[in-house]
Amino acid sequence: MQLDQLYQEIILDHYKRPQGRGLREPFAAGVHHVNPTCGDEITLRVALDGETISDISYDGQGCSISQASASVLYELLNGRKVDDAFAVHAAFVELMGGKGQIEPDEEVLGDAVAFAGVAKYPARVKCALLSWMALKDAVAQAVALEKEEV
Amino acid sequence: MTALTIPAGMPQYDDKPRFDVERVRADFPILGREVNGHPLVYLDSGNTSQKPRQVIDAVARYYAEHNANVARSVHTLGTESTEAYEGARAKVAAFIGAPSVDEVVFTKNATESLNLVAHAFGPHARDPRFRLGPGDEIVISEMEHHSNIVPWQLLCERTGATLRWFGLTESGRLDESNLDELVNERTKIVSIVHMSNVLGTVNATARITARVREVGALLMLDCSQSVPHLPMDVVDYDVDFIAFTGHKMLAPTGIGVLWGRGELLNVMPPFLGGGSMIETVKMTGSTFAPAPARFEAGTPPIAQAVGLGAAIDYLNAVGMDAVAWHDKELTAYALDALDTVPGLRIYGPRVPVGRGATISFTLDKIHPHDVGQVLDSLGVQVRVGHHCAKPICDRFSVPALTRASFYLYTTTEEVDALVRGLDQVRKVFA
Ligand SMILES: Cc1ncc(COP(=O)(O)O)c(C=O)c1O
Repeated sequence: MQLDQLYQEIILDHYKRPQGRGLREPFAAGVHHVNPTCGDEITLRVALDGETISDISYDGQGCSISQASASVLYELLNGRKVDDAFAVHAAFVELMGGKGQIEPDEEVLGDAVAFAGVAKYPARVKCALLSWMALKDAVAQAVALEKEEV
Repeated sequence: MTALTIPAGMPQYDDKPRFDVERVRADFPILGREVNGHPLVYLDSGNTSQKPRQVIDAVARYYAEHNANVARSVHTLGTESTEAYEGARAKVAAFIGAPSVDEVVFTKNATESLNLVAHAFGPHARDPRFRLGPGDEIVISEMEHHSNIVPWQLLCERTGATLRWFGLTESGRLDESNLDELVNERTKIVSIVHMSNVLGTVNATARITARVREVGALLMLDCSQSVPHLPMDVVDYDVDFIAFTGHKMLAPTGIGVLWGRGELLNVMPPFLGGGSMIETVKMTGSTFAPAPARFEAGTPPIAQAVGLGAAIDYLNAVGMDAVAWHDKELTAYALDALDTVPGLRIYGPRVPVGRGATISFTLDKIHPHDVGQVLDSLGVQVRVGHHCAKPICDRFSVPALTRASFYLYTTTEEVDALVRGLDQVRKVFA
């Protein structure tokens, strides 16, 4: 098997030196997601500044794929407009569901293209998606709260 | 293993029953295949075992030559099929020393067997031993598989009874220090695992049995991991129920066993209702057949039972004493070998005594998913995660473990392949 396809340098790098890790204040919404089959866990918070995601902070435990994926997500989406972030999110989810058949667009996905290899391992796709699903959940909650307040 | 000289006149190591592992391996077609360009090293038998040709052929032959439904036909095929199914029951009964074949209930797996017994308890049970309500207690342990936790939790939710737990010692054995307080006059049933699927611990049951008898409770053993690996005699063990599952003992999936004392089975209510489990059905109500039919509603897993019978024939031919000794030698070898891996920590007994051939461990801070993935790239198949036994992970404060589990076809070379693989894991994540 092409193990290096799964464990690309970029992934190992993010795993060993995670970006943006740690829970921070203030935040508009926080969520806790778990992967029940393997026990990976993430707590993720988002802060909004108008249309912009002004902070994504997170903490969790799990395999290199799930942890690196959270770090890449932070790098890619922190400081982005909510709509832009959701577009990238959709591209990542599509890549992970593509069974390795989808050619990722580096312009859109940045370091997340390294996860293309993960899509070939059905057992690991959930690991890669954990933080992304948590982010979507948290942003949706934060946006809903903001609307209530207006 | 440290070589000890055993005094003359005592049983010597060479007296132990042995078998030729290579000849056994030749019976398992799957062991000849490759995984990711490497010879398959299957170290996940605690999860499910591989199947010898004898079992595969018995199932195929049943379908090719005898297939019909059981217990409801006068025709020849129906009779052959019934004989094959009931013949398998007789083999199971003999294998575990059951006093009567009618005490062997076929289920779909150990999980169903455990649920079936839990289901017999309730506030309205006819027999007082199964009557359960607030103030009554059920005792399990922190080393249970979820299959021996959740049915009892659900039962306690339904009835208001209290679920209590044996703790574990640091070395992964049952903590029996509070036995007399834990198992008391309020206890209705103690249901514990015979051999842990994570720690490998084989629980010595004598003291617990004695206490259970003293207070008049019932005793159930989850033998999912022990019956495949150790000789079992239900009379000797003086238990009331045991559960086990065919697929971990060379048989197909879809067949499990509940053994219970006949006298208890026949006062228990049915679990599922349907065909084959009734005495008579009237519009005003039904009466139920005695065990085992009472608990076997609907068309049973016939071919799977036949496969289980063939698996038992296979194990008997090798000899369960020999299987147990093979496990012991291999475990001793593996414990020593794993000890040489830097950063590796074993959870469970670290001596090959009172434990089976299942070893769980962590490797530095490397997540077991990553360990399992790198090992897979080398053809080595291990289980990673919480192993359906989350309380153990909580007890030892680890999110997940890597587990290697062996069986009669496992060799010391395969243990070596595991150790080499773990070196590779450490290189990737150094
Ligand atoms: C100790 C123990 N109990 C129960 C089970 C459940 O077996 P099954 O899934 O076949 O019902 C297992 C299998 O993983 C086990 O190891």
